[in-house]
Amino acid sequence: MSVTWTARNIADHVRAKKLSAQAVLQSFLERQEKWEPKIQSFLVRTRDQALVQARQIDERVTRGEPVGPLAGVPIAIKDNMCVQGLKTTCASKILESFVAPYDATVIRRLREADAVLVGKTNMDEFAMGSSTENSAFQTTRNPWNTDCIPGGSSGGSAAAVAARLAAAALGSDTGGSIRQPAACCGVVGLKPTYGLVSRYGLVAFASSLDQIGPFTWNVGDAALILQVIAGHDPLDSTSVDRPVPHYTNALTGSVKGLRIGLPDEYFVKGLDPEVERAVLESVRVFESLGATVQKISLPHTEYAVAVYYILAPSEASANLARYDGVRYGHRSGNAKNLLEQYELSRQEGFGSEVKRRIMLGTYALSAGYYDAYYLKAQKVRTLIQRDFDSAFKQVDVILTPTAPTPAFRLGEKSGDPLQMYLSDIFTISCNMAGLPGLSMPCGFSSAGLPIGLQLMGRPFEEETVLNAAHSYEQATSWVREPTLS
Amino acid sequence: MEFESVIGLEVHVQIKTRTKIFCGCPTTFGGEPNSQICPVCAGYPGVLPVLNRKVVRELARTALALKARVNSHSIFARKQYFYPDLPKNYQISQYELPLAEKGELSFTLDGQTRTIGIHRIHLEEDAGKLLHAVGNKALNHTLVDLNRTGVPLMEIVSEPDLRTPEEASEYLSTLRTRLRYLDVSDCNMEEGTMRCDANVSIRPRGQTSLGTKAEIKNMNSFKAVRDALSHEIRRQEQAVQAGERIVQETRLWDAARGVTISMRSKEEAHDYRYFPEPDLVPIHLDAAALEDLRKTIPEMPEQKRARYADQWGLSAYDVNVLTENPSLSGYYEETLTSSWPSEQQAEAAKPVANWVTTDLLGRLNAEHIDPADSPLTPARLGELVMLIQDGVISGKIAKTVFDEMWTTGRAAKDIVQAKGLVQVTDEGAIARWADEVISANEKAAREYREGNERAIGALVGAVLKKSAGKANPQLVNKILREKLSSKPS
Repeated sequence: MSVTWTARNIADHVRAKKLSAQAVLQSFLERQEKWEPKIQSFLVRTRDQALVQARQIDERVTRGEPVGPLAGVPIAIKDNMCVQGLKTTCASKILESFVAPYDATVIRRLREADAVLVGKTNMDEFAMGSSTENSAFQTTRNPWNTDCIPGGSSGGSAAAVAARLAAAALGSDTGGSIRQPAACCGVVGLKPTYGLVSRYGLVAFASSLDQIGPFTWNVGDAALILQVIAGHDPLDSTSVDRPVPHYTNALTGSVKGLRIGLPDEYFVKGLDPEVERAVLESVRVFESLGATVQKISLPHTEYAVAVYYILAPSEASANLARYDGVRYGHRSGNAKNLLEQYELSRQEGFGSEVKRRIMLGTYALSAGYYDAYYLKAQKVRTLIQRDFDSAFKQVDVILTPTAPTPAFRLGEKSGDPLQMYLSDIFTISCNMAGLPGLSMPCGFSSAGLPIGLQLMGRPFEEETVLNAAHSYEQATSWVREPTLS
Repeated sequence: MEFESVIGLEVHVQIKTRTKIFCGCPTTFGGEPNSQICPVCAGYPGVLPVLNRKVVRELARTALALKARVNSHSIFARKQYFYPDLPKNYQISQYELPLAEKGELSFTLDGQTRTIGIHRIHLEEDAGKLLHAVGNKALNHTLVDLNRTGVPLMEIVSEPDLRTPEEASEYLSTLRTRLRYLDVSDCNMEEGTMRCDANVSIRPRGQTSLGTKAEIKNMNSFKAVRDALSHEIRRQEQAVQAGERIVQETRLWDAARGVTISMRSKEEAHDYRYFPEPDLVPIHLDAAALEDLRKTIPEMPEQKRARYADQWGLSAYDVNVLTENPSLSGYYEETLTSSWPSEQQAEAAKPVANWVTTDLLGRLNAEHIDPADSPLTPARLGELVMLIQDGVISGKIAKTVFDEMWTTGRAAKDIVQAKGLVQVTDEGAIARWADEVISANEKAAREYREGNERAIGALVGAVLKKSAGKANPQLVNKILREKLSSKPS
């Protein structure tokens, strides 16, 4: 086999006894041995557990027992999802020693589908960042150019899939943390509708925005993995109880009559000309496939970043309060009393971006400021949602660039939080409105870096988004393997 | 200057459920520390709360019984502060849009009926417990027990309508009775299933605006509430009379010293940074669901009191004692209705009430047993009272039989038979005892004959003693009187 096989391909072969799960795993482990030291996408690799899992799958296949839809597929997990018995660090010193006592719902579902977990991937600390440089432990590199960032916050997962160190990966997306690294690394990344995938076991950053989704080699695999992880979970009150459609069946390959909207507000100054050219070229491809394209307006787009940086830190300031050194995680050895234990444990345990956001959020929720910041931001969030509601009366999907530029160089923006925040300018609104959003490769820059296009759909209409993306993918050839050296 | 005090109470009540408010851990009291916890209530990374629907129903029932408005749309909020007994360092509570608002509770005190407004009733989760190893050098730390974390509470906040410590105490006890009738809580202040904080201020009588309030915490009994409030009112009056200004602050009641102590001032007060809880969806309760809940509300104490007086002619005292605890009134009603047909209940009501409120309640209280768990069943007690009614045993013998029934659980009839306790109504036998007693007690007999009515008591007692308590006292009385009014033999 080749490591460029899709998850679908691997599972089909394992099920049909044409290939053993152990052989598949072995190919990926060998590739990890070779390239992981260079890419640094994993915080921990779970070779031994994976070997056991692969062997058990093979034994069941041999006995003629049924195996799941992801049988033998090596999959990597962002290190903010709990896997029982494994460290779940969120790339933070404060959780450096934390071992999760339970499986996240997505992990349980992957296990039931017979996916093979190969490790936990690097990320920006607590998913706060756009370059994975905010990890407390290591720097992950972009497989297309190891001097560049892989994007973030799910940079480890994106890089692992792009470098074929795993057949697929899970990431989480609060303001673009799946789609932006997918664009940077030239893979497919899907953020599902808020409420479609259970958040139980995902370490919370901003609860009203967080969603788990897949990184895959192609669109078909994104549909396959979404099929496994989607659906109501009684352990997550915000997960929606409605039947899960058959996503892989929705990939008809036809976009005839599909109405695509191009929002004016996403083609503006600051957008890299190469990115703009590639995205507009993709629009012509869609037209040639029978889709109709029209300009639309999402007038409140310009407030999205500002609103996001009030709401997400507000929720984060409460969500991260539990890391206090009392029950688990880092506890300062220098404290002389309770207050110092809180202060020093958190001071020593959190990185600077996390502290910045905790302070932002604490400020926005403080007495006397709540109305002017949090409440106002909630109102604008509603306006952003309404923009989409009315746009989706005219069109079926909205097409935009995923990020304003291709992957930038390591260190280029790490000293300037505001510049870093603008990396998510095109992905944040999608989270505000809770919509499904997908990024896929649509070209390369002159420097050879992948460029991503984003497709957004109506809530719970992943089928439409996936089918549009699949049709485009069939008509183009942007799914490519980086040359590692 | 004459002052008037203004008091509002914030009452926390543990809602009776099998499991916690946001996870499946048991709520049972007194388990090994940290034996009733899971990743959810211990605030582990990645966990999410799932609402126990029973707490919504129980709060809504309470609201209906307190004539409060139940909001059809209600939300949770995070109340943020750092403390080791609070694993997430925020408490899931309600702030804007609580489940219920604007109710009332009436009670009668010194013959006057008072109606106290209820500002709001909301849901929240309880915190854990800290165990301080005070004075122990080897254990120079504090231990955290999270068993109680996530136990469901409702907070019932009154309007500042109470005027005296006695009123506050009466409000609290009326509320407790009502909640026990609804079976939403045990309301035990000593075990902490009912807790009470008070806001207290004073103002010159006649003034309508409110004075600066102090919040009093750490009152762990009804007596503590009365004592703490009395003390605090006196403290504020003395301060104002001495020309001082009352400051807004939180004060702790120190029961041992009988004083309130300042804990923190307004400036040091927490900014709780409330905001809507994003991990939980709004609670929706439609009119139909509320109607269904309304049907589950049992007869309330004041209705029961009226019925007992009306239907059975019980005294105000008996009615109050019997209805204080729904379990006791349940016991009483079952005794009456299981043993007597309805037309005979009025006659049995008083003697049964006497037995229930004195002997039975005495034993239950002494042994800390709830009436519902009484080893002596209502049917058995009914049989005992019937034996007295039928003249089979005397009231005095019945006390002995009662004790025997309590300890052995045997039926009254069996005990009476086995021990030969059947009352003696044989007039010949009683007459013989009477003759013997009169001749042995000439002094008493003479005094009675000379007009000292009370002297007969000693003679009756002596006859009963001769009969080993079994002679029918009415017959003894009658026969003695007959004998003493005839000539001495």
